[in-house]
Amino acid sequence: MRFETAAAPHVIAGYTVPRVMYQVLLALLPVTLVQVFVHGPGALLQLAVGVPTALACEALALRLRGRAARPFLRDGSVIVTAALLALAVPPLLPWWLMLLGTAIAVLLGKHAYGGLGYNPFNPAMVGYAVLLVSFPLEMTRWPVPLGTAAIEWSELARLTWQSFIHGPVGGPGAWDAYTGATALDALRTGLGQRYTMEEILAQQAFGSLGGAGSQWINAAALAGGAYLLARGIVRWHIPASVLAGIALPAATMHALDPGAHAAASFQLFSGATMLGAFFIATDPVSAATSDRGRLFYGAGIGSITWLIRTWGGYPDGVAFAVLLMNLAAPLIDRYTVPRIHGHAGR
Amino acid sequence: MFDRREFPSGLQLVPHKAAALERAIFEAPAPTLATVALEQGNGREARPTVSAGDRVRVGTLIGRAMDEGTVAVHASIAGIVRAIEVRETASRAGQGLCIVIENDGSDQNEPGLEMVEWDSLSPEMLVDRIRAAGIAGLGGAAFPTAAKLAAASRRPATHLVLNGAECEPWICCDDALMRERAADVVLGGQVMLRASGAARCTIAVEDDKPEAIAALESALAAAADPRLELRLLGATYPAGAERQLLAVVTGTEIPHDAYPTDVGLLCQNVGTAAAVASLVRTGMPATRRVVTVTGSGVGRPGNVEARYGTPIADLVAACGGYRSDPRRLIAGGSMTGRALPCDAVPVTQAVNCIIAATAEDLSPPRREMPCIRCGDCAGVCPAGLLPQSLLRAAGADDAELLETFGLADCIECGCCDYVCPSQIPLTARFRSARAARALRLDEQRRAAEARERYARHERRLAEAAAAEREAFEAARRRARGGPE
Repeated sequence: MRFETAAAPHVIAGYTVPRVMYQVLLALLPVTLVQVFVHGPGALLQLAVGVPTALACEALALRLRGRAARPFLRDGSVIVTAALLALAVPPLLPWWLMLLGTAIAVLLGKHAYGGLGYNPFNPAMVGYAVLLVSFPLEMTRWPVPLGTAAIEWSELARLTWQSFIHGPVGGPGAWDAYTGATALDALRTGLGQRYTMEEILAQQAFGSLGGAGSQWINAAALAGGAYLLARGIVRWHIPASVLAGIALPAATMHALDPGAHAAASFQLFSGATMLGAFFIATDPVSAATSDRGRLFYGAGIGSITWLIRTWGGYPDGVAFAVLLMNLAAPLIDRYTVPRIHGHAGR
Repeated sequence: MFDRREFPSGLQLVPHKAAALERAIFEAPAPTLATVALEQGNGREARPTVSAGDRVRVGTLIGRAMDEGTVAVHASIAGIVRAIEVRETASRAGQGLCIVIENDGSDQNEPGLEMVEWDSLSPEMLVDRIRAAGIAGLGGAAFPTAAKLAAASRRPATHLVLNGAECEPWICCDDALMRERAADVVLGGQVMLRASGAARCTIAVEDDKPEAIAALESALAAAADPRLELRLLGATYPAGAERQLLAVVTGTEIPHDAYPTDVGLLCQNVGTAAAVASLVRTGMPATRRVVTVTGSGVGRPGNVEARYGTPIADLVAACGGYRSDPRRLIAGGSMTGRALPCDAVPVTQAVNCIIAATAEDLSPPRREMPCIRCGDCAGVCPAGLLPQSLLRAAGADDAELLETFGLADCIECGCCDYVCPSQIPLTARFRSARAARALRLDEQRRAAEARERYARHERRLAEAAAAEREAFEAARRRARGGPE
């Protein structure tokens, strides 16, 4: 009797790339819902533009590159890219900017380098960075969190829709009632204008822990991240080192000069900290390779984020920190090859 | 980085062992035609000592080992040699020279076989007896046991580890053997302590084998030999990989460019120990082993004691025959076993398990995607490698990078393959890269030898020319007649 032949191992776990990606999308659900609750339905609109645009760009790029489209369209990675960008941009962003950002993320950030598995930079952050430097006004205009201004969710939804379709209409000042500086922005501006920390923290943008709205979004991202850790989709090295990279300098400087530096807890629960630590920095393709390398990589992202927030030209720094450490990842890899069994330590 | 006494990584796998362990080891009928391979599984072929038409008995030498790396081969049945020819085998090469013996039904033993007075023989003579008996490692690699023992006794060996981890799914011949012949395992350990000169012996068993552990405990109590001890391991694949096992049991990591015997350690399979015990008890050389015959494609899975040269089809027949359309016939376990093209190939010392695997025992065909560098492979690699970086180096065929990332240290356990979400056949890639590396090293070695030969030749020519010139000058001086 004759049999088929095949190379060992004859059994594999049957994990798939789509499984990884759809777990990530599932873990993004809490952040999405909380953002919709706090900042209005903008996140859903951004997703509604971003996901189809990303799929279309992926299909186009695969066609141009002469690759089979189906397995890659199904792998879910491009949906994750679009979702991360959609949750990172302000909910009021006009649709054409989201479309532009997504197209840049997928076409330039991903496929220009060879598609899945080959991009040296986090594609979503490439899109985000291009939008941020090109459209700084639109990219920093966040609605004030629900509950801090006299505005109903339905009114917020109507205005979000208006901004989404037509862009910021009504001339300067027309949006002031319901858009405002984020907590990180208010902190920078306040410190620059010599307000005391007490005066700054008393503003409506601030909550008990982080930003008035962003502390809830960060908490939701932390919950999603805990899910990914529990499911083994993400290992602890990058999130832990990103958070430590932000918290350690923040805590040190806060202890030395509490009047000029916000507490570590504020830094952890403001801006894109948790989303960055668990969902953005953990993109394995553009990260360092070994566990030890990933500790350096994450620590770099965390500390650069803190540096940009504290002394840089932008209120938040997660995107630039991730891109800078993407650049450094090959160098980190070179010096963090783990010790092989039976070899002397390196 | 890691505590070397704990197994650093690896996988928790479904064992699939219970079905074959439901009944005791039983003997497969002696085959009517035994096809005894002269290469018993480690790639080195013995030289035939019989010719077609010769009469052999059970235990007659039929293949002589020409060097230390080869095992001697003996007839496993009594009868007439019918042919010496190349047949399909379970070896890596897929075929090899075999001696085909037709059974005369007498089952007569070679005359003069008697028990070995092992405790009065010198270690050297004991090793010689084990060498002459053609005993090879029964854990799957089939390396000559005597060669290891001799290497260990040349260095001062300190610690013998009997490997009863049997970590790979489906395989349970060692478990069955430890349950039923624990006294043989202990006796084999004592004999090998004497042969190697080691001071102590640890029998290492995974803790998911309570029956085997109980049997070993009582055998050890009966032997009352303080040099032997039992050590339980967590059930992790591949806890039984030699270097990893020795690191866990002894706390010593063997340098990558050394053998265990170089650092005073010696690792032998528990089945090998039982084979040594059987030799000293009866004098009978290696003619049979226990094979697990299992898989959803087999009627009644079990552990079968089979003569070397028995066609695998006969073992399956002894276990109730095939059922429900087996697709793959695997020699070994599901992680490292070799898929055999046909069931006519004979049992050798390297065949510890036969899985007749149906579709439900196998993974569906892989859908390979690009590597997303998730690093799950590095998390499970028991050799501490970065398989994803190794894969890139293999793809680029970059010899230097392959060395940096430890291609030579890959033990081909398949753990990285198992977890890869992109379903990349990493182990197969590494295996072919290793084959290419071996070829390259061999070429380099031969080129260096040729260079050396050429240099020696040039030197000789130069020396000859110089001597000739010297002689000529001397002759001319003499001809001129003037003393200088």
